[in-house]
Amino acid sequence: MVANHDIDITVRRGTVHALMGENGAGKSTLMKILYGMQKPDEGTIAVDGEQVEFSTPADAIARGIGMVHQHFMLADNFTVWENIVLGGEGLYGIGARAKARIRELSDQYGLGVKPDALVEDLGVADRQRVEILKVLYRGARILILDEPTAVLVPQEVDALFDNLRELKAEGVTVIFISHKLHEVLSVADAISVIRRGTTVGDADPRRVTARELAELMVGAELPSPQSRESTVTDTEMLRVEGLRIAKPDAEGIERVVLDDVSLRIRKGEILGIAGVEGNGQAELVEAIMGMLPLDAGTVTLDGADLTRTLTRARREAGIGYIPEDRHRHGLLLEAPLWENRILGHVTERPNSKGVLLDPAGARADTQRIVEEYDVRTPGIEVTAASLSGGNQQKLIIGREMSHSPKLLIAAHPTRGVDVGAQAQIWEQIRSAQREGLAVLLISADLDELIGLSDTIRVIYRGRLVADADPATVTAEDLGSAMTGAATGHIESDPRAVAEAQAVAAEGTEASTGAPSTDTADDEQAGE
Amino acid sequence: MTSPNPPVAPAAKRSLRERVDLERIGLALAAPVLAVLLSLIIAGGLLAVSGRDPFDAFSIMWNYGTASDGQVAVLNKATVYYLAAAAAAFGFRMNLFNIGIEGQYKLAMMFAAFVGSQVDLPAFLQIPLLLVVAMCVGGLWASIAGLLKVYRGVSEVISTIMLNAIATAVIGVLLVPGIFAPKTSGTTNSIQTGKISESSHFFSIETQGGTLWGFVVIAVLVGVVFQFTLNRTRFGFDLRATGRSESAAGASGVNVKRMVITSIVVSGALAGLVGLPELMQNTPYFGQNVQTGLGFIGISVALLGRNTPIGIAFSALLFAFLDASGAQLPTRGDYPSEIIPVIQGTIVICVVVAYELVRRYGLKRQQQKVGAELAAQAAAAAQKEVAA
Repeated sequence: MVANHDIDITVRRGTVHALMGENGAGKSTLMKILYGMQKPDEGTIAVDGEQVEFSTPADAIARGIGMVHQHFMLADNFTVWENIVLGGEGLYGIGARAKARIRELSDQYGLGVKPDALVEDLGVADRQRVEILKVLYRGARILILDEPTAVLVPQEVDALFDNLRELKAEGVTVIFISHKLHEVLSVADAISVIRRGTTVGDADPRRVTARELAELMVGAELPSPQSRESTVTDTEMLRVEGLRIAKPDAEGIERVVLDDVSLRIRKGEILGIAGVEGNGQAELVEAIMGMLPLDAGTVTLDGADLTRTLTRARREAGIGYIPEDRHRHGLLLEAPLWENRILGHVTERPNSKGVLLDPAGARADTQRIVEEYDVRTPGIEVTAASLSGGNQQKLIIGREMSHSPKLLIAAHPTRGVDVGAQAQIWEQIRSAQREGLAVLLISADLDELIGLSDTIRVIYRGRLVADADPATVTAEDLGSAMTGAATGHIESDPRAVAEAQAVAAEGTEASTGAPSTDTADDEQAGE
Repeated sequence: MTSPNPPVAPAAKRSLRERVDLERIGLALAAPVLAVLLSLIIAGGLLAVSGRDPFDAFSIMWNYGTASDGQVAVLNKATVYYLAAAAAAFGFRMNLFNIGIEGQYKLAMMFAAFVGSQVDLPAFLQIPLLLVVAMCVGGLWASIAGLLKVYRGVSEVISTIMLNAIATAVIGVLLVPGIFAPKTSGTTNSIQTGKISESSHFFSIETQGGTLWGFVVIAVLVGVVFQFTLNRTRFGFDLRATGRSESAAGASGVNVKRMVITSIVVSGALAGLVGLPELMQNTPYFGQNVQTGLGFIGISVALLGRNTPIGIAFSALLFAFLDASGAQLPTRGDYPSEIIPVIQGTIVICVVVAYELVRRYGLKRQQQKVGAELAAQAAAAAQKEVAA
């Protein structure tokens, strides 16, 4: 498996350089190589014009490269300065000298870190600053930040960006990994986009638009809202009322992850949920699937109250589920494809008769799915792990669609999926919608949301705070609503909408070749 | 050993070559065979270093194993090992490590012996009664670990180890004159339950090599039901799915909590059977000198047999052969019988490492194969297009 190939990136000193790409595009692997956690098979790294080779993170630190991980690595019961000194005792000792150095660094870069505070008393943003300081303390001149904003609220993001500008002014180089368009545009001096493990382009943040960046990242022309007619009916399929879930976080403090969430989806409607990751989308899906206990609220599917039923009963009642993390929730990686076809539908035909499995029936049906959904595999006896992400996803979609669901929950359906499969997946979701399916679409890709949805709701800190009509909203305005800046019904300036749609239309025309051949294949397979 | 699944009529459509994947079987067999060879080499080396002739020792073992009395002894031992291994394997298939087989079978054996000594029904009722009592006691005892895991997050590894110690104490409390042991035990120092009634004796087969325990039938039955349940029923699919990925199983609708409790109870119920061959065929009472360590042997046998019913049948026979023939070593020559645990230990260590290596290798190899096949398909398609 090649995670990275032909990556060329040049980062200038004293700049904030953003590295963009979808999940699974290969950003993390690249960072691991830069930080010495993994060795490249070929290629070179040069720091300050001098070729270097890292075999451990210590080598990278010695060269002045430091990394701030997405998940903080701090000891809660230690104070800030103890955490910073930990592992770097040889630098400035463990006494007053170390503390003085921490203060000095904190002032120099305007981080405002209090050395004597206990880490467990700090909020997420402060902890992140401690992590940054920890790296600076070890003499780093190049900082790698792995999705630093994923855990922050908007104000904290702004504060972080101020810190980054400060660092930049002091001559520190920052490599900033993100897949959030608007953040990157606001803070970066230069942008490199990675797709499928290779650099596909550099962009100048002063000139590029969010949409152009998105297209670079995704690599496919995005669907546009007006290229189809509405299939929304009046029949209500899913009704969710007053969902509330509170669960303790890592520190044991109760946090409300879903607060009074109510939504309805009608037959033939795609409801898109927009939101910054970690604002309750995953919990909303799990609540509807019955995987998380509810504190309050009801879930009704096609008139049947499912609130108190278990996941299996909900699936049998007609909920299809395309999980966000298919390796964790969608597949048995070491099991053959036909066993994966049974997963989630073991009580239904053709997988079982009574309490007995029907392997022959499941095998035959897996063969059908492989043909109809264009799953590229040499056979149905190979393990799911040997398929590519896109083909795994097509298998999952085929499986879920095979039990005539009433509601399809699609969480990031095209994440980590190659371009060809992406277009097929979009088409499959649309054709399901035409057949009267209700779809709950969760996506971090705003253009995908605008392109597919009939209605968009914005989730922010566990609440549905805003709604929008995809025909009258731009990704930019949706993005600002996702940070909690706008509430209620959002509508963009019609001129901006028209402009965005024109760009989209161009894209659709340009790409008519590829998708049409795919549909032809499907028809043949159907016969 | 062609295919672990008995071929069923509708599946016969698949060609024989597809079902018998020679490479996969080769990979599966390579690890245990290599492990056994390696452990023999190590054991032989040890014997040679201590100034003894390893080949003579091995030939004593081999000769015993090929004689008919040896074979009967091996089969009887293997019956017991097989049951213990089945109990361990059932847990392993669900990713549960039931170390508590030891305590479960002893407790079950004691209750079965007590019931057997108090009740005297006709054999066709008495024998099933004892089986059911033993399985219930084993299952109930194991359920404590299951409940603790599900509701309190206690690792079953820890709780079953503790429950083993508690089981020993419980036996100590109950196995006293007036409770489980008859009051008039008189002169003997060893305390034991009363003898089980005549009707509790399981049938046996007299051969020229000695008495073959009829319990081997139960062991075979357990293996068949095990295989069928796991591979042919919805419950078995749920269990295997949970063992492979708890999160995926949960999302697919498996009630993971209930699954944990069910499977640990089943494992415990199977463990309950472990002591019965001894009780119902050999020593008609439960006393302080009951055989210990069967639970741990079961874990080793299950590991070597890769938790499949057929695999553990072979590994139970191997372990039984080593134990039975190893007992001959000190009597027929100057060989320490301790060499047997050395062989068994190295087999288990080697096999655990080898299986993991083979698993990774197999997975990677398949990924490469799939990639290559797809590339070939794509190339063929492109060629056709060019030709057209």
